[in-house]
Amino acid sequence: MTALTTNGPASCPGCLAAPADRVDPVLPDAKLALSLPTIHCQACIATVEKCLNAHEDVRAARVNLTRKRVLVDAAPGVTARDLAQVVMDAGFEAHELDTAALNQTQTDAAGRDILMRLAVAGFAAMNVMLLSVAVWSGATDATRDMFHWISAAITLPALAFSAQPFFRNAWAALRAKRLNMDVPITLAIVLAVVTSLWETGLSGKHAYFDAALALTFFLLAGRWLDARARSAARSAAEELTALEVPRAWRIENGEPEEVNVSVLRLGDHILVRPGARAPVDGVILQGASEVDRSALTGETMPALRQAGDAMSAGEVNLTGPLTIKATAVGVDTSLHQLAALVAVAESGRSRYTSLADRAAKLYAPGVHILSALAFLGWLLWSGDMRVSLNIAAAVLIITCPCALGLAVPAVTTAASGRLFAKGLLVKNATALERLAEVDTVVFDKTGTVTMGTPRVTNWDSLTPSQKALAYALAQSSSHPLSQAIVQAAAAEGIEPAHVSAQTERPGYGTMALSEGDEVRLGRPEWIGAETDVQGLCAALDQGRGGEPLLITFEDSPRDGAQALMQSLKGQGVEVILLSGDREAPVASVAAQLGMDSHAAEKLPQEKVDFVQRLTDAGRHVLMVGDGLNDTGALAAAHVSISPAQALDAARAASDIVLLGQDLGPVADALATARLATKRINENFTIATIYNVVAVPLAVAGLATPLIAALAMSTSSLTVSVNALRIRGRT
Amino acid sequence: MNVLTYLIPISLILGGLGLAGFIYTLRSRQYEDPDGDSRRILSSEWDDKPRTD
Repeated sequence: MTALTTNGPASCPGCLAAPADRVDPVLPDAKLALSLPTIHCQACIATVEKCLNAHEDVRAARVNLTRKRVLVDAAPGVTARDLAQVVMDAGFEAHELDTAALNQTQTDAAGRDILMRLAVAGFAAMNVMLLSVAVWSGATDATRDMFHWISAAITLPALAFSAQPFFRNAWAALRAKRLNMDVPITLAIVLAVVTSLWETGLSGKHAYFDAALALTFFLLAGRWLDARARSAARSAAEELTALEVPRAWRIENGEPEEVNVSVLRLGDHILVRPGARAPVDGVILQGASEVDRSALTGETMPALRQAGDAMSAGEVNLTGPLTIKATAVGVDTSLHQLAALVAVAESGRSRYTSLADRAAKLYAPGVHILSALAFLGWLLWSGDMRVSLNIAAAVLIITCPCALGLAVPAVTTAASGRLFAKGLLVKNATALERLAEVDTVVFDKTGTVTMGTPRVTNWDSLTPSQKALAYALAQSSSHPLSQAIVQAAAAEGIEPAHVSAQTERPGYGTMALSEGDEVRLGRPEWIGAETDVQGLCAALDQGRGGEPLLITFEDSPRDGAQALMQSLKGQGVEVILLSGDREAPVASVAAQLGMDSHAAEKLPQEKVDFVQRLTDAGRHVLMVGDGLNDTGALAAAHVSISPAQALDAARAASDIVLLGQDLGPVADALATARLATKRINENFTIATIYNVVAVPLAVAGLATPLIAALAMSTSSLTVSVNALRIRGRT
Repeated sequence: MNVLTYLIPISLILGGLGLAGFIYTLRSRQYEDPDGDSRRILSSEWDDKPRTD
């Protein structure tokens, strides 16, 4: 029902109003989308399509193997979950996708638009080049004029269409009284076409139609590479968001009904089941349970919540069902209030100017002055307007940033492709450049350097009968500490003790009867155990009035965390642990991983300030975090990475998303980013050398259209090949 | 050189056909699923008659 209400035309006005900024899905008819991570061949495609088409309410189903998903056009009333079940029965892993979160259409349309212009420019450039070759090899008089006129007839409409993006960007920059790379490009194209037309009208020898088109073609190729690399990363990031379908159970007439989160209103009664995230802020009306607040505060220890307590959106209910009354929905929830923090923090980052823009700032005025000087010099010396304008056009074409326009996108595409293969999605265009400058890495603790799932630390000090009893009591509970006990016991192959009449008291623990005695496992306060343990612990009451036994836990570090810290330190980077959790667990994790320093008990705003202080001290900070409490700091840092398990808000605030459980690729990302920046600078050097060689020729009036075409193509090719070298290195 | 009267239009038309073909494939979204399309051809599902849709 949910996926339908977000798109269907016949849904209620509330549903239509809420997701107003969302875009229609890829196929106009496709109402539902499923993610199929395991499909890989034609047999999978055929089976999935056949089993879906066999469903009576499905009108059409089409698998997309590249994106590993299926789009289904189905009758109203069919839910994505029903269809996912159909596909799973056919033996494939299937997850429902929130079609509203997949606005792939926009990025795809932009990519298609550039590709179309690229094709037109390529077609025109090839034909004009053919005609130009004839002119260069000696066509004269009427033949040359005819070839020039035909070239002009092809070039003018082709450029009017394909060079539009440059014209538009240049105009926007000039209106804002700035200079960007598009200004010299536009000037070169326009001047080349104007002088060539003039020359052709006077039956002149040189025309630069081919150069203007080749320039457009190479530069569009750079833009297209750029767009494609980012669209791949964005599509993968969108898929992560779409997998989290925003759902809630609203209680109506005493019956829970599944609805979209966007239709929830103030005062609605909502059921939050164990394991579910609270969709809105609210007050607990009924039930008692333990709540995992780690996404908001970074604490690993669950908090006890009872009727009358407040609950914020984003908190995870662990043990018992809770009924809450909504006190804030949508943009008013505490979860969204963090967005304001992000906006403030982000304003600092937008001051970053990319390497390409910095190069353009140096380059654009230089080229214009040079070309103007050449024009004036020749005008004074020869007094011939036509010759001087020709020289000025030649200077602009030769120096035009063809190689500069390719230098950055070719490198970032190659580098992002390499990182993508290692499980890193580079979402932002300048993320790699900023990453290369990093000298300090700040990690969040819970969920980032640790798994957020605890592990028993004093398991070996328990006697076999104690272990068996704890195992038996823990088995029935979904509490993370119970799960940790179950895991430890199962790993050792222990048989659970025999207990009966087992009941769970949400928020406290579990109790049961063992040989007539009451035994309990749960919060130390509930059992009456004295604790001086800092950190996670549970108590085991073995009955018979015996002393309760304490079981302690710790959060286990992620795979590769230790190696990552070593490798980062080897690269001369300072690593800091920053957490909202209490001092003791933070210090112990920092010591265990050998991190340089740590800071504990930080509120979201304090995290932002912490990062800001480092930035003010001249540091370039990489923030790695997953929680909602990190979003501000992620946005404030020079560059940021979040794991794929992070909440949507944190992923949206960060530049790079890390897929998989291993933290190791972060070190690769840093190394690749540094390599990429090195290549970009090399490319700038290569482009400059070409200019230094070719510009004197152009100023001296020796640059024929043939020399211009050669210089442009060779510099573009050298730059692209140099960029591709990144791919090869492992 | 009179042969140019034919050759130039012919080369332009041939190139233009290629361009038109490319724009057609782009418009009809044939680049949405390159992996899938290269696999579908191996399936014997619609060998007898094309799928009607």
